[in-house]
Amino acid sequence: MGLEITTTKLEDLANWGRKFSFFTYPFITACCGMEFMSVAAPKYDIARFGAEFPRFSPRQSDLMMVVGTITEKQGPALKRVYDQLAEPKFVIAFGVCASTGGFYQNYSVVPGIDQIIPVDVYIPGCPPRPEQVLDGVMLLQKKVAEGRSINQVRARREALERQSEGV
Amino acid sequence: MSQAVLDALKSKFGDAILSAESKHRDESITVAPAKLVEVCTFLRDDDKMAFDSPVFLTCTDRLGLPDETHRFEVVVQLRSVSKRHRIRIKVPLEEGKLKVPTLSGLWAGFNWLERETYDMYGVEFEGHPDMRRIYLYEEFEGFPLRKDFPKDRRFPLARREWTDE
Ligand code: SF4
Repeated sequence: MGLEITTTKLEDLANWGRKFSFFTYPFITACCGMEFMSVAAPKYDIARFGAEFPRFSPRQSDLMMVVGTITEKQGPALKRVYDQLAEPKFVIAFGVCASTGGFYQNYSVVPGIDQIIPVDVYIPGCPPRPEQVLDGVMLLQKKVAEGRSINQVRARREALERQSEGV
Repeated sequence: MSQAVLDALKSKFGDAILSAESKHRDESITVAPAKLVEVCTFLRDDDKMAFDSPVFLTCTDRLGLPDETHRFEVVVQLRSVSKRHRIRIKVPLEEGKLKVPTLSGLWAGFNWLERETYDMYGVEFEGHPDMRRIYLYEEFEGFPLRKDFPKDRRFPLARREWTDE
């Protein structure tokens, strides 16, 4: 019993740390990138939320921001980068193109990146205003702190399954 | 603007120029595929024509247009920087016979444009050194800019393995 309480607290502590230290992998493909730049630049300053450090290697980042239109041809690259991210990993779909395909309903555009990888937060807008993006980041922070992001839930479930198998 | 070009073409090639028109200060001619290279060689090499700049090469799908006599039309725009005139060449194509001789031997700049036209419309350029898709991937079937290509047909390369529980 004592052990159980300790692990819960530890996880909470880790999640508290995670929520203020997102290392972003900017997967930027289209016009939304402009808005990403303004979010990252001093005026809106994503550093206030601890996510100011874009890392251009997926192995050093845990938050993937998919910013812009993803074409079918890019799908395998997107999946590969996602697979290489450090666990626990989070994904934000930035803009309607990443969220749903947006107004591109045609042969070349993926109808939402959730067809390929799991997404934690969708930010609508074409492009979204920086305030919306910051709101999305705060939403993700809340999710991470509560351990409700997709990969955290999955990790917990897998740990439980392992436990029950082990017994 | 380039009426002189039209006149020269008409006097030199006569009936090979199927039609010629001058609209909004833009001159255009229609040529059968078999005559295209001959006309274009003249346009490039003649001193008075001197078309040295390939502007664009594309195709239009005329499916469902009220004056649809032929389905596809390859459109070539040329420009002469030194003589300061330009001309548009249209090549009507029957469905089922989508073959045009390549112009990449005359202007190397048309190489990739011809590949793009093939990629999007399925028009084949005979004699082209590398007639493959340029934007789309091998797994893609069909030609997406044709008017009868369904807008929701996709050829996904990656999809998730998991499902919502
Ligand atoms: S959502 Fe709008 S701004 Fe963003 S990538 Fe798509 S088209 Fe561009």
